[in-house]
Amino acid sequence: MRNRAEKLVESLFTISGFVTSIVIVLVVVFLFSGGVHLFRSPSIEHGYVVAVNADNPIDRLSPAELKSIFDYEQTNWQQFGGADEEILVFRLNDITNYFSEEDLGENFEFVSERISQLISENQGIIAFIPQEYAGENFSGKEIDGGTISLSEVFGGKEWLPTATPAPLFGLLPLITGTLWVSFFAILIALPFGLSVSIFMSEVASERVRGILKPVIELLSGIPSVVYGFFGLVVVVPLVQQIFNLDVGETGLTGSLILAIMALPTIITVSEDAMRNCPRAMREASLSLGANRWQTTYKVVIPYSISGITSGVVLGIGRAMGETMAVLMVTGNSAVIPHTILQPLRTIPATIAAELGEVSSGSPHYQALFVLGIILFVITFAINMCVASISAKHKNS
Amino acid sequence: MDDTIQYELKKNLTQKVAFGAVTLFSVAIVGILVVILSFIIIKGVGVINWEFLSTAPTDGMTKGGIFPAIVGTFYLILGSALFAFPVGIMSGIYMNEYAPKGFVLRFIRTMTNNLSGIPSIVFGLFGMAFFVKQLNFGTSIVAGSLTLGLLCLPLIIRTTEEALKAIPDSYREGSRALGATKLQTLFRVILPMGMPNIVTGLILSVGRVSGETAPILFTCAAFFLPQLPTGIFDQVMALPYHLYVIATSGGDLEAQRPIAYGTALVLIILVLLINLLATVVRRYFAKKLK
Repeated sequence: MRNRAEKLVESLFTISGFVTSIVIVLVVVFLFSGGVHLFRSPSIEHGYVVAVNADNPIDRLSPAELKSIFDYEQTNWQQFGGADEEILVFRLNDITNYFSEEDLGENFEFVSERISQLISENQGIIAFIPQEYAGENFSGKEIDGGTISLSEVFGGKEWLPTATPAPLFGLLPLITGTLWVSFFAILIALPFGLSVSIFMSEVASERVRGILKPVIELLSGIPSVVYGFFGLVVVVPLVQQIFNLDVGETGLTGSLILAIMALPTIITVSEDAMRNCPRAMREASLSLGANRWQTTYKVVIPYSISGITSGVVLGIGRAMGETMAVLMVTGNSAVIPHTILQPLRTIPATIAAELGEVSSGSPHYQALFVLGIILFVITFAINMCVASISAKHKNS
Repeated sequence: MDDTIQYELKKNLTQKVAFGAVTLFSVAIVGILVVILSFIIIKGVGVINWEFLSTAPTDGMTKGGIFPAIVGTFYLILGSALFAFPVGIMSGIYMNEYAPKGFVLRFIRTMTNNLSGIPSIVFGLFGMAFFVKQLNFGTSIVAGSLTLGLLCLPLIIRTTEEALKAIPDSYREGSRALGATKLQTLFRVILPMGMPNIVTGLILSVGRVSGETAPILFTCAAFFLPQLPTGIFDQVMALPYHLYVIATSGGDLEAQRPIAYGTALVLIILVLLINLLATVVRRYFAKKLK
């Protein structure tokens, strides 16, 4: 009896032991199943069709081309290999410009006939209409928008997930935004992080170290939303004033806040590595006449360089995945940044800002899951990197 | 001879400059913390009173208190603890006491590290896809608590494992030699000894849970609720989400500012208290063991 109870408890331990592995597998499965259909969904908004005159030679248009037409940037079919014909853009709410209420019928029962008529009468028309109006006897020709393609997503320069008739899911602005903010954050955090870890492991007395340690623990304990709020009310106006900008919500503001948030990670990991430098090595260096600073940068730092690298890499990971603080201070405009002093938008901030408003299963929803996959893959790679660095260090 | 002296002088000067610089940076770090804390304390302390802590928001979030958000955060802490504490501790026990050394242990450890590296917003995405949609919990306290629980699992597992690793094998062997089974050894000898460090880890994980916003955005958090949740499948308001909402959106940002400062201060106090508690527990048990 007793034996069986022990077996039971022990098997509970075993199951719990693999809980993190199971969670990782579940995360992978659900992120991918949420995002995988993006590249199979049609470009044109669900439930709508884009139609042209039956004589128009154009059969297919890409989402970017559709956007340029419906934004009136391109106005002639020649641009797309068609006839020299002015493009006439038609959306459903334009219908009253062409027909009176009588034409459309009391209960709008003639709408689809009228649209059909309009399309057959205008050579250059392009119409964006609900599917129900393009039923039988429809005179127009439906444009094939194709499916959302990999190259449009990963090479696209525009993130316009709510654009009609075809949303654009170009990831470049978000990826560059994330990289810029994290890069500058690490650039700012690096001198601080290294200095503090050197100070704590080489210079400070036990008592001073006893003060610094809780300071760093507190810095890592402050919730990110509080950092974001602090950034919003203090750092944003400060950056705006110092650089004389129109808005203070910039990439730099985000980097400053992220730098503070990444510091505890960098400091704890690299200080740990430095303190692990064997006493004998320090003493050998000192006995050869080197002073403490020479010992620090000729012996301690080279010895612990893999630990320091791990700390910095983990800091980068932390910065790239941070959501709330960045969401609150970077201005969130999805354009490819030219300077760090302009508003930009990161991958996590995009997910946080947009997931609440999308309908489940729509291309936009799936695109946000693709963003989640990208984040997951990046942080997974970073962790594997760190693991291999420390494994190598142990072997050598 | 002169050269040697000059070299010595230069060497010592470099040391002074370098150590001076790293000291300066360290002072700056303390300065940053002091600035952040004192700014929020000074701005928020005037807002906090009993009424602020015990009433619901009124007048479109511009007046009233944050009571529902405090209650909500408390529920989420409780819910995630119910799930993550036992699972995390058992997982830590398995890793240190049962798992075969070598590949299995390395694999689990890598997976735990990977889990702790996953950004909190990805947990939010996963929580929505799995708990809210797949398991059909809806946006609810259960879904939010479980998501937050997953988030703090690695921290609990790691501290448990470290705590148990620090206990010398001689205790295990001594207990087994007296005829105790492995499980008896665990519950009578190993766990009581490791408790202080395990409890410290648990407290710190509560701190992490209470401040996270991204994982609860889509799994349980509500902008405003007229009444307190009545069951585990209800939505809740939560302190960090409340701060985010009143700091960034709403009709009258200026009128909302004082409440935002107050909420931020309550969050900060919560974090300070939790850190303090962790330190006290660590010291208390350390003394007792001696």
